[in-house]
Amino acid sequence: MKWNRRKLIDRIMSFLTAACVVVAIIPLLSILYTVTINGISAINLDFLTQLPKPEGEVGGGLGNAIQGTFIVVGIACLIGLPVGILAGVYLSEYGENRFGRMVSFVADVLAGTPSIAAGIFGYTFIVLYFGFSAIAGGAALSVLMIPIVARTTEESLRLVSGSLREASLALGIPRWKTILHIVLSTAMSGIITGALLAIARVSGETAPLLLTAFGNPYWAAGINKPISTMPVQIYTYAIAPFPDWHAKAWGGALVLIILVLILNIGVRFITRKKY
Amino acid sequence: MDRPKFRLSKLSGDLIFKTVVGLFAFGIIVLAFLLFRELFIASSLSRNAFGAGFLTTSTWDPVKEVFGALPFIFGTLVSSLLALLIAVPLSLGIAIFLSELAPEKLRTPLSFIIELLAAVPSVIIGLWGIFILAPFIRDYLAPPLSTYLGFLPLFQGPMYGPSMLTGGVILAIMVIPITSSVSKEVIMTVPIQQREAALALGATGWETTRIAVIPYARSGIFGAVILGFGRAVGETMAVTMVIGNSPHISASLFSPSYTMASVIANEFLETAASKLYISSLIEVGFLLLVVSVIINIAARILVWKLLKVERGAA
Repeated sequence: MKWNRRKLIDRIMSFLTAACVVVAIIPLLSILYTVTINGISAINLDFLTQLPKPEGEVGGGLGNAIQGTFIVVGIACLIGLPVGILAGVYLSEYGENRFGRMVSFVADVLAGTPSIAAGIFGYTFIVLYFGFSAIAGGAALSVLMIPIVARTTEESLRLVSGSLREASLALGIPRWKTILHIVLSTAMSGIITGALLAIARVSGETAPLLLTAFGNPYWAAGINKPISTMPVQIYTYAIAPFPDWHAKAWGGALVLIILVLILNIGVRFITRKKY
Repeated sequence: MDRPKFRLSKLSGDLIFKTVVGLFAFGIIVLAFLLFRELFIASSLSRNAFGAGFLTTSTWDPVKEVFGALPFIFGTLVSSLLALLIAVPLSLGIAIFLSELAPEKLRTPLSFIIELLAAVPSVIIGLWGIFILAPFIRDYLAPPLSTYLGFLPLFQGPMYGPSMLTGGVILAIMVIPITSSVSKEVIMTVPIQQREAALALGATGWETTRIAVIPYARSGIFGAVILGFGRAVGETMAVTMVIGNSPHISASLFSPSYTMASVIANEFLETAASKLYISSLIEVGFLLLVVSVIINIAARILVWKLLKVERGAA
């Protein structure tokens, strides 16, 4: 009798905790479903290649926002990837000391910084002197990228076995060459994974770009000029009172979510094959 | 036999390499320092004008240039706590199911799907919030709440969609992936002997979890909850799009509110913004930065202890 009650509770708890998983998955499915259904009717070749048209005019697209996102994220990568990866190399290879632990800690705290703070930083640090620009946007995004890339690089280098390093050192190859040629190339897929995840993360960031890249109804005019990006454009369209713009917001959301999901799911497949 | 020259060059190559990567590592500290410094300096105008009263004044009047951050602090706190209230039980359930009770085959794919939720850009969650979630809450969640719990001030007044309640639910959705995945990791560091001991005494799967696993992981789970709180506090776009953006303190979860992050996103680019206005917004950002740094430090300390022990043992 008592044993049955305990078994019943066990079943009930298994069921309840499984229900929690289902409840958490519902919003994701709803988001993917509504973005796909509403987005697909907005997307066509014009949508992907044309400039936006003013409210009231038919047609137009997000071509410049797509271009702008690639430019801004590209700038963020140019700054963020080298800094993040090299800092990660230090943390993994030389970081077993007080300074290394402090850098790890600061990187972790920095990774939890609200993205809007990075936006304000980009504004006071760059926009006030050079104006709203693709550079300012890229710099603000790189602030978010650096800690992620540094920590994932550190973690994937730590997975490289010590015997591999020792084998190389035993052959008389200096430590720095060992790191550059043996350790880094062994850990390359892990580093690329971290970089792609960081790119996926910042591609969808909106708040920092509002304050730095601003927006622009035309094609990119240069990296020192305001530039249109997909997340900001989606936001502008979403909060506007025009149904036509809402349709465009859904279309933009579909393009953006496909980009981000390809990066995320692609990464899982790369890593799964390796290990 | 010795060839000192050769050795010297080996040594200097190492030294140069170590210095270069060390400088980049130092760059992270410089970056964090600059972030603080910039926000601190840029908010000095507001700090000099309003002093500590900035934290306790509830007037936010750009026309008269009187700024107090209380409505935003209130909005951020209440919406984040509401989010935790919803997200923590769910996240714990998820973490327990995925680490202890689920069939082995389901664990990895389900974890992956839940973590995918964290990858969805917040502006897209906000878009979904405006057109799907807010109307849903207005039509299906708010009416029963006001019918059955309407005697509480929390559920009084009209509900138009964008509200503190909607903001809290959106934040809960964004908190769940981080809180559940960190809790899961922490729970998985609990030594297998703990479980075997309980199982050997005849405990069921759930009893093992309750008696032998959860108490062991308690401080780490607490850290995961704090990390989720940090995520909720710093989240900007999705909340801005559904919380109503109105700087008034109201007891009702049905009325619109405003958070620290959303006021910055929403008002920073006001064309007529004066220097004092901008500076006040930056001070709100500085407060947000300080709060989230404190939250993150606390969480890292709690979670790290456990994960480090695990890493050291492996």
